[in-house]
Amino acid sequence: MSVHNHPGCGHGCEGLCCLELKDMGVNLGDAELLHGVSFHLHCGEIVALIGPNGAGKSSLFKAVLGQLPHTGTIQFQRSDGKRSRPVIGYVPQSPTFHRGDPVSVLDFFAAAIGDWPVFLPIPKKLRERVRKCLERTHTEGLMDKRVGALSGGEVQRVLMALALEPLPQILILDEPLSGVDVEGERQLLDMLDEIRRSYDLSILFSTHDFATLEPFADKVLLLRNTVLKSGSPAEVLSSAEFQEVFHLRLGKGAE
Amino acid sequence: MELWYALVDLLPFEWAEPGRMLFMKNALLAVLVITPLFGLLSTMVVQSRMSFFSDALGHSAFTGIAIGSLCGLAAPMGSAVIFALCFSLLFTWVRHKTSLASDTVIGVFSSTAVALGIFAATLGGGSFTKFNALLIGDILSVEPGMIALLLGILALILLLWVCCYNNLLLSALHPALADSRGVQVFWQEAVLNAAIAVVVTLSMTWVGLLVINSLLVLPGAAARNLARNSRQYHLFSVLGAVVCGIGGLMCSYYWGASAGAAVTLILALYFFLSLLSAPKKR
Repeated sequence: MSVHNHPGCGHGCEGLCCLELKDMGVNLGDAELLHGVSFHLHCGEIVALIGPNGAGKSSLFKAVLGQLPHTGTIQFQRSDGKRSRPVIGYVPQSPTFHRGDPVSVLDFFAAAIGDWPVFLPIPKKLRERVRKCLERTHTEGLMDKRVGALSGGEVQRVLMALALEPLPQILILDEPLSGVDVEGERQLLDMLDEIRRSYDLSILFSTHDFATLEPFADKVLLLRNTVLKSGSPAEVLSSAEFQEVFHLRLGKGAE
Repeated sequence: MELWYALVDLLPFEWAEPGRMLFMKNALLAVLVITPLFGLLSTMVVQSRMSFFSDALGHSAFTGIAIGSLCGLAAPMGSAVIFALCFSLLFTWVRHKTSLASDTVIGVFSSTAVALGIFAATLGGGSFTKFNALLIGDILSVEPGMIALLLGILALILLLWVCCYNNLLLSALHPALADSRGVQVFWQEAVLNAAIAVVVTLSMTWVGLLVINSLLVLPGAAARNLARNSRQYHLFSVLGAVVCGIGGLMCSYYWGASAGAAVTLILALYFFLSLLSAPKKR
């Protein structure tokens, strides 16, 4: 997995498709969840969001998705320079399907992408379309399994396939590695890299697993209510800010 | 109705003889309309974990009727439908607004509705006994006009299912994901709750308030034990409701017990039988 380096990375949005957050903030009631968040996300780039629990990672995602009101600006610019609303694929955090849900992967997928009501017999054409989508994350074999019977890694891959339909410009994953075993983790990361190369889209994800950052992410943002530090994985992991946020916290907890 | 009577006359039962026991034939038709209605709604009530909510709705329907009769309306059913609709929408709204657990919100709404109903029913020294009929229900007194209305509601619910089932399912499975894919989760919930409110209110007189919730919970619960996908889920739920409904009506005819209670008991039997097959699919 090599790092994609785009010309112009970090120098604004000229000539590139790009998501730009400028002085973005989120308030919930009296509480200020995020303030002064500014960064660029270019196409083909993988950016990891790290930070302690409650640092505002999920809120940042929700603001970008348009599910939470925010201050400041969030803008998307296409490669031809025009501004538009981006198509965003979203893989939510550790979805909990009930074990007994009488819903197959096919039902779940077809309900999300199509108009055909899934309590009626599913036409061959739709079944084929779902198979094609699932092939993107090598999950077509799970089509007739119940969603409650999938493993953590399998759920993540099915949701990833769903997030890729319709094909997005930005893929957002909220802690994709939580609840996934080591083997599944490897598979997921390889798949994300493959997806980024095949479809040239930007990936923004949050994680607590710092060991995966180094070969995989192009840029890391350390978040605690605002961006404390951003840069390459090595830069951020060796920074004083990172030490302060994580080590000091651990120290306090041990008292 | 003539066509229906002619059809039933072909059945080899003593009550099916031409020209006799029209009330029984009406009741059978009503069961054939009401049970698929509840079978359909039941799939979503169970999937969205709303069985407690539908119970509360039954109480609010009674309150609507009590208020309607207090105001001296000739047909308190209309006011009951309106009250149940308001109740369900207000409930959906409050649930989205507060951070309280939904069973707490339901508890608040349910007890308020019951208290308001009893208050309205007994205001000025009125007697509660005139409402007893609602609690037990009487399918044998159903009239052709009412069956036609219920048939219309069945058609509406089918239409709702064709248009909205995917979004309802997605909202129930994963609200955040549904939201990110442009589904208006709040309105999906509101429409489903309103539909349940209308159906419960209109069927209450025939099924009985005390057992109506069983019709909303048992078919879906039993089907859940048997089904592996959405098609099977609906098939087992609707078919189970219809078969148990007919069975219950027959039992009540030959043994002389309340039809609503008989249907519920047979549905419960269906549920426990379905439990036996449930471990196999794990």
